[in-house]
Amino acid sequence: MVQGSRQYDAIVVGGGHNGLVCAAYLARAGRAVLVLEASERLGGAATTREFAPGFQVSACAHLLHLMPPALMRELDLAANGLKLAAERLPTVALGSEGQHVTYSSSEVSGALTAADVSRYPAWRALLERLAKTLHPLLSAAPPRLGTEAWRDRAALLGLGWRIRRLGRRDMRELLRIGGMCVHDLLEERFESPLLKGALAFDAVLGSNLGPRSPGTVLSLLYRLAAPGGPEILTQPQGGLGALTQALAEAARRAGAEIRTHAPVARILVRDDRVCGVTLGSGEELAARVVVSSADPKTTFLGLLGSEHLDAGFVRRVSQLRTRGLAAKVHLALDRLPHFRGLDPQSLRGRLLVAPSLGYVEGAFNYSKYEEYSSAPVLEVTIPTLADPALAPPGKHVMSVIAQYVPYKLATGWQEQRQQFKELVIRTLAAFAPDLPDCVRSSELLAPQDIEREFRIAGGHWHHAELAFDQFFMVRPVPGAAQYQAPVAGLFLCGAGCHPGGGVMGLAGRNAARHVMREAA
Amino acid sequence: MLTESEPHYRQPLLKTPFHERQRALSQLDSFVPWSGYTTVDVFSSVDQEYFAVRNQSSLYDLTPMVKYRIGGRDALRFLNRLTTRNVAKLAPGKVQYTVWCDDHGQLIDDGTLFCLAPNEYRLCTAERQLDWLAASAIGFEVEIAEVTEEIAALALQGPTSCALLKDLGLAGIERLKPFELGHFELALAAQRAPLMISRTGFTGDLGYELWMKPADAENVWDALIQAGRIRGVRPIGSRALNIVRIEAGFLLPNMDFVSASHAQRSGTTRSPLELGLAWLVDFGKGHFTGRRTLLAEQQRGPLRGLVGLDVEGNKPALNALLYAARDGNREIGSVTSAVWSPTCKRNLALAIVDAAHLAPGSEVWADIYLNRELVWERRMVRARVVERPFYAPARRRATPPADF
Repeated sequence: MVQGSRQYDAIVVGGGHNGLVCAAYLARAGRAVLVLEASERLGGAATTREFAPGFQVSACAHLLHLMPPALMRELDLAANGLKLAAERLPTVALGSEGQHVTYSSSEVSGALTAADVSRYPAWRALLERLAKTLHPLLSAAPPRLGTEAWRDRAALLGLGWRIRRLGRRDMRELLRIGGMCVHDLLEERFESPLLKGALAFDAVLGSNLGPRSPGTVLSLLYRLAAPGGPEILTQPQGGLGALTQALAEAARRAGAEIRTHAPVARILVRDDRVCGVTLGSGEELAARVVVSSADPKTTFLGLLGSEHLDAGFVRRVSQLRTRGLAAKVHLALDRLPHFRGLDPQSLRGRLLVAPSLGYVEGAFNYSKYEEYSSAPVLEVTIPTLADPALAPPGKHVMSVIAQYVPYKLATGWQEQRQQFKELVIRTLAAFAPDLPDCVRSSELLAPQDIEREFRIAGGHWHHAELAFDQFFMVRPVPGAAQYQAPVAGLFLCGAGCHPGGGVMGLAGRNAARHVMREAA
Repeated sequence: MLTESEPHYRQPLLKTPFHERQRALSQLDSFVPWSGYTTVDVFSSVDQEYFAVRNQSSLYDLTPMVKYRIGGRDALRFLNRLTTRNVAKLAPGKVQYTVWCDDHGQLIDDGTLFCLAPNEYRLCTAERQLDWLAASAIGFEVEIAEVTEEIAALALQGPTSCALLKDLGLAGIERLKPFELGHFELALAAQRAPLMISRTGFTGDLGYELWMKPADAENVWDALIQAGRIRGVRPIGSRALNIVRIEAGFLLPNMDFVSASHAQRSGTTRSPLELGLAWLVDFGKGHFTGRRTLLAEQQRGPLRGLVGLDVEGNKPALNALLYAARDGNREIGSVTSAVWSPTCKRNLALAIVDAAHLAPGSEVWADIYLNRELVWERRMVRARVVERPFYAPARRRATPPADF
C-alpha cells in the first residue's frame, strides 16, 4: 500500500468508452475516481486517429448505433461536445451491375422482388417486438441462478413475464426462432439474395459465426435489442474519438481524474482484497475498488494473476473464446470514387458487400481453416462525406470492416498484409471501378494489430465472442458475470461483461451501478 | 508393464514391477484393480496380514499410487495455490499430508507432498489429477509430469520395520523422524540399489515407504523378504490395509468422501472442514483454490462433519444410516467405513453426521443390516462419537524407534 499518497474511491483501468462511462457515473455519484489509460489517447476501440498524413479515421468501430439515448442524455454528451455529423444512415447492399438494395429500419427499396418489399415491414416489426422484450435485460446486471436473493428472482420472473406478455403468437415465434440460424429464418421469409445476404451480415458482424451457425438469430435480436433504437446508425462529428472525448469531458466535469500514458501493470491485492494498482513505471496508486474495462483475460490473467483466483475460475477465463475475426482496412482517397448506380448522397450510409447468404457462408468457411476468402465480406463507410474535416479538402477516407479475417493465418500474416489490402480494394472495385486510382495510401488492422493497438487479448472487439455460452448471466464466465470479480474490491466494466461490445456503454453504466451498490 | 506379444487392449490392467513376486506368494489369487494396475486384495488370510502390520512387519505394493513430479521456478507458489497447507513450511527432505479442493472448497483428493529440493516436489495421490493440476498451472511457471511408472514403491510398516531396515545395513534409518525422507543405498548381491525412504504410511504405525527404480524392484523385494524372515515380514493386500487405516482414522477416497471432480449429484461432496481436516487448512498463507468458500464455511460453522464412532456389539456398521434416537425417526448421518478392530477390540466406524452430533460423547444410533446365513436381520445399535485416531501406538512417533 502506498504511504502518504491519496486513496481513490475507485480506479478505472482503461480509458475506452466503457471505462469512461463507468468513471463518469461513479464521479457523478460523488466518488473520487481516477481513470488510467495505457496509451497516449483515450477511447480504446472507439477512437479517432491519423492513419495517413492529414487523414483521420475511427480506428476500430466506425459507426455509433448501440449507445442508448438515455445514457447520452444522462451524461449530457451534447453539452460535453458531442455533435452528430450524420444520423439515420441507410444501408446499401451492393449488387452487381449497379443493382443495389437500400434499407433502413422501416423500408427497403432497390433490386428485390415486390414480395420482399411488402414483407420487409412485417419482418422489422416482428424483430422489433421481440427485441423490445430483450431490451430491458441489457440495462441491468444479469441475475444469478440458484440463489435466494430477491433481486435475482425478480429479474428472472421479469424476463419470463416479458416473454409471456409478447402474446401467444410472438412468444411461440421467439421460442421457435431463438435457437435457429439466421440463414434458415431468412430463407423462410425472403427471396432476394442481396437482401438476405445483407440481413444475415448484421447477425454475424464481428463474431465467429456464419449465417448457418446456430445462435445467429439470437445475435441478430441482440443487436437490435440495443436501446439505441433499432438500427439508428449515426456518425459522430470527428469520428468515434469525438464520442469518447465527450465521455471523458463528462467524467472530468463530474470530478473524475484521467491520466493517459499510464499503463497498469498489476492490480494490487492485500489480505484478499484489491487495494490499488501498480503502473508500468512502478508507481503505486491506492483505491478502495478497482474497476477494469480491460478484457477478462487481460484483467484476470495479466493484471491480477492466477494466484489470487481459484483454479477452476482461471480455467474458465483462459478458455473464453476471444479470437477476433474482423479486420479494419483504412483507405486514404484522393477523390471520391464513383460507385455504379449510387449517387454521393447514398454513399453516406454504410455499404455492404454481402451479396448472398452463400457468399457470406462461403467467406466464413475459409476462416475455420486459418485462411481468408478471396471473396471477402465487407462493411464500408466514407465518413468524410458527412464530416469533411477528417481529410484534407476534397480528399476522402474510406473505412472498411472486413469480416472473417482470422487472427492466425496458416501461411502467416507477414506476406499477406499487402495482398489482403489489395484484395479489399479489388473487391470494392467491382462496384466502384475507379477506386484503385483514388487510393493514396492504406492501412490494415488485422485482429493481431487490433489486439496490440487496443490491448484486447485476442483482438475480438466484443472482448469475448457473443455466443450463447458466453452470454447474459454467464458473461464473461460464471463467477464474474455480475461485474463483480471473485476478489473483493475488483469489478469489471468492459465489453467482456454483459451486455457486451459494440460502442454501447451499458457495461460501463451497469458496472458503475453495481459498484455503488456493492461498495458504497 | 506391457509385454510385446500382447496388445494393450488385451491387458487393460498394468502389472507393477513386484507383480511376479506377489503372484508367486498369492495363495488365493485374489487381485483387484487400483489406478489401472492389478494389485493384491489378499494373499492368504486377511487376519494374518492384519497382524503382520500391528505385530511384525508388512510389505505392501504402493506402485499404483499416482505420482507427479512438480518442478520449476513457481513450483512452491503453484503448490501453495493448489493445496490447503502452507508449502513454504515444507523444507527439503520433509513430507506433508495434504488435500486440495475445487473452487467451492470441496475436496478433490488427498495425498502426500514430498519436497525433494527447493522448487522440486513429488505429489502422490490416490487418483489421477493431471487435468486439475494443468488447470491449476495456468499462470505459473511450473512443469508437471506424471512419473507413476518411473517409480516403484513399497510400504514397509509394522513395529519391526525399522529393525529390518537396519539389518539391511541402512545406516541412520532410525534417525528418520515421521514425515521425513532420506536417501539410502541398499547393498545387493550384484549392485547397490539407491532407495529413497520416507517415514510415512497409511497404517498409523511405525513404518516406512520405499521409493526405487522399477529395475531394482525385484531385488529390493527379495532382500526385504530375505532379511525379514527373522522380523516376521509378510506381504499384505489391500483388505488388511483397510482395517489398519480405519484404526488410524485415515480417509479413503470414494469410501469416506467422493472427489469433487467425479461427483455428479449436488450435496455429495465434502469440504476438508467437514472431514475433520481443518488442521490442514491454512487461511493465513495467502490465496488457495477454494479458500473464499472455506473461509465462509468456517465462519458459518460446518453443517456436518466426519466423526469416529465406537459402535456397540461386534457387527461392523457397514453402510448404516445413523439416527438421533433408537426410534429411527430422525436421520442424522451415515457410516462411510466400518470394521471390527482386532487390536482395539472395538467395533469402529467413520461416519458423516449432522453438526449437532460432532462432539465426542454424542450418542447416535446405527441401523445395521446383518446377513445371517442369507437371512437378513436389522439391529438398531447404540454408538458413541469418540476421538480419532482409534489406535495410535507411541512407536509410530518414537525416534529412534525401539528395537523389536
